[in-house]
Amino acid sequence: MKLALSIWRQDGPRAKGRMVRYDIDGVSEDSSFLEMLDMLNEQLISEGEEPVAFDSDCREGICGMCGVVVNGSAHGPERTTTCQLHMRSFKDGDEIVIEPWRADPFPVIKDLVVDRSAFDRIIQAGGYISVNTGAAPDAHSVPVPKENADRAFMAAECIGCGACVAACPNGSASLFMGAKITHLGELPQGQPERDSRVLAMTEQHDHEGFGGCTNLGECTRACPKGIPLNVISQMNGDFRRAGYGY
Amino acid sequence: MTETLIDGLYREGEPIADTKAPDVPVPEMWTKRKFDAALVNPANRRKLDVIVVGTGLAGASAGATLGEAGYNVKSFCYQDSPRRAHSIAAQGGINAAKNYKDDGDSVYRLFYDTEKGGDYRSRETNTYRLAEVSAGIIDQCVAQGVPFAREYGGLLDNRSFGGVQVSRTFYARGQTGQQLLIGAYQALERQVAAGTVQMFSRHEMLELVVVDGRARGIIARDLVSGEIETHLADAVVLASGGYGNVFFLSTNAMGSNVTAAWRAHRKGAYFANPCYTQIHPTCIPQSGEHQSKLTLMSESLRNDGRIWVPKKAEDCDKDPRQIPQEDRDYYLERIYPAFGNLVPRDIASRQAKNMCDEGRGVGPEVDGVRRGVYLDFASAIERMGEDAVRAKYGNLFEMYEQITGENPYQVPMRIYPAVHYTMGGLWVDYDLESTIPGLFVAGEANFSDHGANRLGASALMQGLADGYFVLPNTIRDYLAKGPFDKLAEDHPDVQDARRAVAERVEKFLSINGTRSVDSYHKELGKIMWEKCGMERTDAGLREAIEEIRALRQDFWSNLRVLGTAEGLNQSLEKAGRVADFLELGELMCIDALHRRESCGGHFRAESQTEDGEALRHDDEFAYVAAWEWGGDGGTPVLHKEDLTFTAIELKQRSYK
Repeated sequence: MKLALSIWRQDGPRAKGRMVRYDIDGVSEDSSFLEMLDMLNEQLISEGEEPVAFDSDCREGICGMCGVVVNGSAHGPERTTTCQLHMRSFKDGDEIVIEPWRADPFPVIKDLVVDRSAFDRIIQAGGYISVNTGAAPDAHSVPVPKENADRAFMAAECIGCGACVAACPNGSASLFMGAKITHLGELPQGQPERDSRVLAMTEQHDHEGFGGCTNLGECTRACPKGIPLNVISQMNGDFRRAGYGY
Repeated sequence: MTETLIDGLYREGEPIADTKAPDVPVPEMWTKRKFDAALVNPANRRKLDVIVVGTGLAGASAGATLGEAGYNVKSFCYQDSPRRAHSIAAQGGINAAKNYKDDGDSVYRLFYDTEKGGDYRSRETNTYRLAEVSAGIIDQCVAQGVPFAREYGGLLDNRSFGGVQVSRTFYARGQTGQQLLIGAYQALERQVAAGTVQMFSRHEMLELVVVDGRARGIIARDLVSGEIETHLADAVVLASGGYGNVFFLSTNAMGSNVTAAWRAHRKGAYFANPCYTQIHPTCIPQSGEHQSKLTLMSESLRNDGRIWVPKKAEDCDKDPRQIPQEDRDYYLERIYPAFGNLVPRDIASRQAKNMCDEGRGVGPEVDGVRRGVYLDFASAIERMGEDAVRAKYGNLFEMYEQITGENPYQVPMRIYPAVHYTMGGLWVDYDLESTIPGLFVAGEANFSDHGANRLGASALMQGLADGYFVLPNTIRDYLAKGPFDKLAEDHPDVQDARRAVAERVEKFLSINGTRSVDSYHKELGKIMWEKCGMERTDAGLREAIEEIRALRQDFWSNLRVLGTAEGLNQSLEKAGRVADFLELGELMCIDALHRRESCGGHFRAESQTEDGEALRHDDEFAYVAAWEWGGDGGTPVLHKEDLTFTAIELKQRSYK
């Protein structure tokens, strides 16, 4: 298939960006979206133009490294990661607009690559259970009801890609944060730090410049792992409990 | 060292031996070693700097644990966050000798299965310890909040995995690696917050700093600013993963590379058993030249799917549903009637390649060959019903459909083998210390536990065993000798290492040739796959060595890397990785050529039984091949470590 691509090009963090149009031909509908970009890059290199920088690593939808906005949607038209989006989702002759995640706390490094280290700092603030290596009791000493374990697992499926932030008109990271608070808050092991965790993480979230949640639900629609909106309710519940004691 | 070249390719040097395993019976060794290893006074720990390269299961767990102990840790990863490391993609599970099912499992049985699975080519002392510390891993992960699958009573569920007869595999749906890595990542981030770990994301190690014979630091490139940085320390830990991407197409992540390990090899660390690679039979076949990586599907699919190809080559492009039963060749059931579709990974892989090489493969033609065989669920759907098949394999079928666009409930799946794991790696002793004092190697980057083939659900176990429990206990014996003399950044050896990195970066950018890095990588991958893949021959390996040398020469004279060294330049990053793969590939072929036996994942066509089974030669090859770098333009030097077995008896396997 033949495609017309409009891609955000930006030479560096402080450089001014621009949309650049590229035509590409001979794309197989069996190739993935990122393989289509690989093909474009080979074409650019042969023409002496610097290839388009974009992030990806596992290319099987689990590491969370990839992510671009395709025709206005985070990760494109299907509910999956950009690396798992395939060209059969497009038609011959399509125009495709490709941009980086757009959010203040995710500054552009180059072209389609953004800096998501704010997510790591939110985890540093409290997204863990404090247990040193060697200090753990036998794994069977604390049974966990299956429904709690299953809900914890569902929330823990978050891959930290940042699509929720890119999709949110407020640039909020509430879905990301709610997923972690739900994951750890469902488990008995997570109870001792449940209050301090939610307070510290939300403080860091706001400090990074992420916006507030207004329950629009764009995040969950863009989430490749289908993390539901109710993890945000659970986080808000924990926040009230921690801050006001109810 | 031998004066003359062997096979015209290498020399043989003095044998090598592990000197750290205590001289007591194998089951008592680890306790003894932990006791004998010197302790470091807690007040002194904060004066000791440790660099950890890589943040997968081994690196993240080691970094977190060393940080908790109070050392100053500097942790490096090339990804934008430590949570992305490729351990995250492991699906199946993690073994542990918990015996929660009371089905006869024990430390000894896990050790026995691991040693046998490795075709008796691993060091029994290390393997036994791996089994011994396995149970503690599960305890640690559960305490961190890793959401393993549970039963209704709230206790952990287990399944049987990889053809063993006990249920010892803990899992979190098909995302076990992800959940374990997130646990280790959170532990690491907790130490970042505590100030014991300093994190360097988007940094790539490009050189090891060795001063007075000790590993004292690394030279790294900040991939965002392009700056070349010097990081000095009292000890260096490499946990940089495997080298499967030497094949270009593998199930590894795009960035997985051998550079950290290879740079250390060039500085004196021996590389052991490089030819041992694991090829996984149930991956999604290549769909065309554009393919950038291969995706694995759990081999549990072989429990219910039947593997076949058309009997006649002219049927290969037909709709498989139109091919009548009598024209199908269920070749595994035909050749191995006892095990059928459940033969071990290497046999299933090799036979699939044989069928395709005979011209009976199916699916799209790539380079004139159809590389795929059918994995057919029609009879399972007839027997169990579609709902039961969906309940068991639903997520895998969805993944297959997303990638191929075909519905496997209606059309047989197509599968083909792909490189999945590398058992070889830097040589380490019982302490996980390499041949360079102060350089430790953990996880897939070392060679130590899996011999010639790895048992399913053991990679996660080894990564976490090394990082949480083994390394933190052995490295203290080394660190107790420190802190070593403070090094100045302008020390001549440090300056030399830094200059070498800068010159290499400059070289890549100044060749100004016509070919992209990827084009070289793809060509190298094809040579490796055809001639150093599932089946290796004397003639094929010799050809491969010549072809790799010619390709390497072309690379250094005709490469095109655009852009500059300042700032993010992904082509430049890839160039460094491919340059190292071009050297490693040759060593893999030399190792494969010298090992004139078949064992585990290494199948030499010249060494097989009348039935086409792998044939080991324990009398000649029961050793670890540890290769010393012979210098640019020189030849590698082989050091043999004899494998002795006191806790287990060697047996030849049979699956007929």
